[in-house]
Amino acid sequence: MQGISIALAVAALFAVATLPAVKEAQAQSVLRIAMTAADIPKTSGQPDQGFEGNRFTGIPLYDALTHWDLSSATKPSVLIPGLATEWKVGDADKTKWTFKLRKGVKFHDGSDLTADAIVWNVEKVLNKDARHFAPDQIGVTISRMPNLVSARKIDDFTVELTTKEPDSFLPINLTNLFIASPAHWQKKYDALGSVTDPAERAKQAWAAFAADASGSGPFKMARFSPRERVEYARNEAYWDPKRRAKLDRVVLLPMPEASSRTAALLSGQVDWIESPAPDAVPQLKQKGFVLYTNAQPHVWPWQFSFVEGSPWLDRRVRHAANLCVNREELRQVLGGLMEIPKGTVPPGHPWWGNPKFDIKYDLKAAQKLMSDAGFSATKRLKVKTLTSASGSGQMQPVPMNEFVQQALRACYFDVELEVIEWNALFTNWREGAKDPKSRGANATNVTFAAMDPFFAMVRFTSSKTQPPVSNNWGHFVNPEFDELIAKARTTFDDKGRDAALARLHARIVEEAPFLWVAHDVGPRAMSAKVKGVVQPKSWFIDLATMSMQ
Amino acid sequence: MIFYASKRILFTLPIMLGVTIVCFALVHLAPGDPLVSVLPPDASQVIKEQMMALYGFDRPYHEQFLRWLWRALQGDIGTSIRTGRPVSTEISKAVGNTLMLAALATAIGFLLGTLFGFVAGYFRDTWVDKAASALSVFGVSVPHYWLGMVLVIIFAATLGWLPPTGAGPGGSEDWKWNWVHVQYLILPAVTMSVIPMGIIARTVRALVAEILSQEFVVGLRAKGLSELGVFGHVVKNAAPTALAVMGIQLGYLLGGSILIETVFAWPGTGLLLNDAIFQRDLPLLQGTILVLAMFFVVLNLVVDVMQTILDPRIQRA
Repeated sequence: MQGISIALAVAALFAVATLPAVKEAQAQSVLRIAMTAADIPKTSGQPDQGFEGNRFTGIPLYDALTHWDLSSATKPSVLIPGLATEWKVGDADKTKWTFKLRKGVKFHDGSDLTADAIVWNVEKVLNKDARHFAPDQIGVTISRMPNLVSARKIDDFTVELTTKEPDSFLPINLTNLFIASPAHWQKKYDALGSVTDPAERAKQAWAAFAADASGSGPFKMARFSPRERVEYARNEAYWDPKRRAKLDRVVLLPMPEASSRTAALLSGQVDWIESPAPDAVPQLKQKGFVLYTNAQPHVWPWQFSFVEGSPWLDRRVRHAANLCVNREELRQVLGGLMEIPKGTVPPGHPWWGNPKFDIKYDLKAAQKLMSDAGFSATKRLKVKTLTSASGSGQMQPVPMNEFVQQALRACYFDVELEVIEWNALFTNWREGAKDPKSRGANATNVTFAAMDPFFAMVRFTSSKTQPPVSNNWGHFVNPEFDELIAKARTTFDDKGRDAALARLHARIVEEAPFLWVAHDVGPRAMSAKVKGVVQPKSWFIDLATMSMQ
Repeated sequence: MIFYASKRILFTLPIMLGVTIVCFALVHLAPGDPLVSVLPPDASQVIKEQMMALYGFDRPYHEQFLRWLWRALQGDIGTSIRTGRPVSTEISKAVGNTLMLAALATAIGFLLGTLFGFVAGYFRDTWVDKAASALSVFGVSVPHYWLGMVLVIIFAATLGWLPPTGAGPGGSEDWKWNWVHVQYLILPAVTMSVIPMGIIARTVRALVAEILSQEFVVGLRAKGLSELGVFGHVVKNAAPTALAVMGIQLGYLLGGSILIETVFAWPGTGLLLNDAIFQRDLPLLQGTILVLAMFFVVLNLVVDVMQTILDPRIQRA
């Protein structure tokens, strides 16, 4: 009897001890998310950590001049107005763009959004003489809008942006320029009066801003613990009623280890995990968790070398490789967590373009192409591919590459895989196939995002983007492609630009500078209590529409 | 004693300089781009060159090293490229968290290790010895990240008794010494304690077995001293070596276990290093390695001096 009493007392003590946390979670609707990042992506307005940063510390906290439409799970995610209600390129000078700003938008600190704020945010990365110049934000900003050179206020709600050459991609690029509050930054700067060096003072002001950020997004920063968590509260005054948040709070936790994220979800520590471990998916489903997936604009390829002596110079060989991989089998290997590619973008996308070459599994056709190219079971073709053991967006690089290696054996390829460290592979992407660090490889396996025409197509097929300028690793040079790119860049009506991009995409698929293996599906597992989830065909997702039951 | 301590402190100076050179060379020799954390791979060469100049990575290595060393001597070990926060702030917070974890893990490891070691040594060649030795071999051999995952699956995901990750419901900044928070410490500390437990147990077992075979123990018993009294003498003779081993183990644990802290998302030096490595955040990586190496050097110094206090023969040697 005494033993039972003690056990009850211990249980009661345990219950009392854990009560405050439970009560807090019940009183408010709190959504707790485990990210794959090892640290909280930057919160100062230009997130790092790839698109996971934009997803969790960009879009919820900030607005950009243009937004991605994240409201549909079935339609392609297209460009929509954000802080700008309309925009147009100059009639005479195609390097000048006029953006009309939304009126009545306030930053979280209460200051107003005006054209000055847009100019200030452009200058933070483009004007070295600006007091608030932020070197650590240059990389993630300018690389995503390479042609933007300046911004000028026309009136309080009109701003003019200038590009160094006519560039119809600018409105798409601008989804990456998140607008931070100049007034809030100034407060942080003013509080650092004891720091005499202006550059150091600006740097410290940005660090202080990151810990107490102010944008104009549907969520406000409520708490920031470096490397551990960031918490958001609802922005009651958000300008878009459709995106006014239903959740009281959102808690974001960095959790890089997949099995830890899975355990955190199973134990109820979090309500949502990014990228669950594939082998845990059946268990999660069995326990009532919901798995969300959708085709992402993500490409898992082999990017071929076109330098002299490369075995991939022959188009028949490139086509044969694309026809030789049974992607349906690969999908089964990955527990269903991949999409079968038909090109860089899928059919139905505005840039699809109906290419004449159909990427599919057709072993006989592949073998015939290889025979025509002079190869057979006895005269095999040696190829070498660089890959990594892990890395952002790489999915499961080693098992996937081994699958491709095995598949290509049936088409007379002998594939040598060279696995190198992820950062080294990443860096080599811009060094190119001719660089000694490529170790004589004829292909590289670096995955990429395909949301924006420059990143999806142009950087791999333009003669101007050969290493070390950008990621045309294989030195693919074709004047026809340069013309198609120039046409797309200088077509300023949306439909015309998309049609030009569709022609470019069709030709890319036909010429096959890649072996397209898979598209990621952005798997995320959630508690059934999370409602209103729309997983769009995008790297991003809108937290504002979600609620907790 | 003061002369011995001064001599040992003097010896640590070239070691510290060597540490700074090695840690600078290691992070710069590793492949990859030092600006990978702030510069996406698709950034143009022009931007890359501009950024290299802004961060001073375009200067010769020896110049970069001397500038860094000069600032480090003044207590400034730089600013994280990625976050813009001072490296010293990042490290001090992480060291505090790792210290908490390492101290508990060392305490568990030392207590169980010495217990198993003494028992095994005292009852050598019996089933007690075999059982205690088996446990210590398990401790040394088991991959601790695997053990961590197994413990998480059992105690967090299946039984739901303990939280799987993190440093408290509100993070380490809200840490309080109550059950709500301490429960977050249990699984990582137990996982971390397994290695020192195994090593200390094996060391102590060998020591006890050796001491028990020495003539002075026979003499003590012949004089009629009780077994407890004999045991006391054995403990006193084994203590300096056990302490030295514990010091080294504490040093290792203070370095934080990258794998354990990653598995448990524990915000210590291991997780910090992991992040710095993957982000190629050189100032953070350099600063963290430097501070941890210095910890190790200082800890060894303290252990050496304490050993001398416990056993003055070491000073004469």
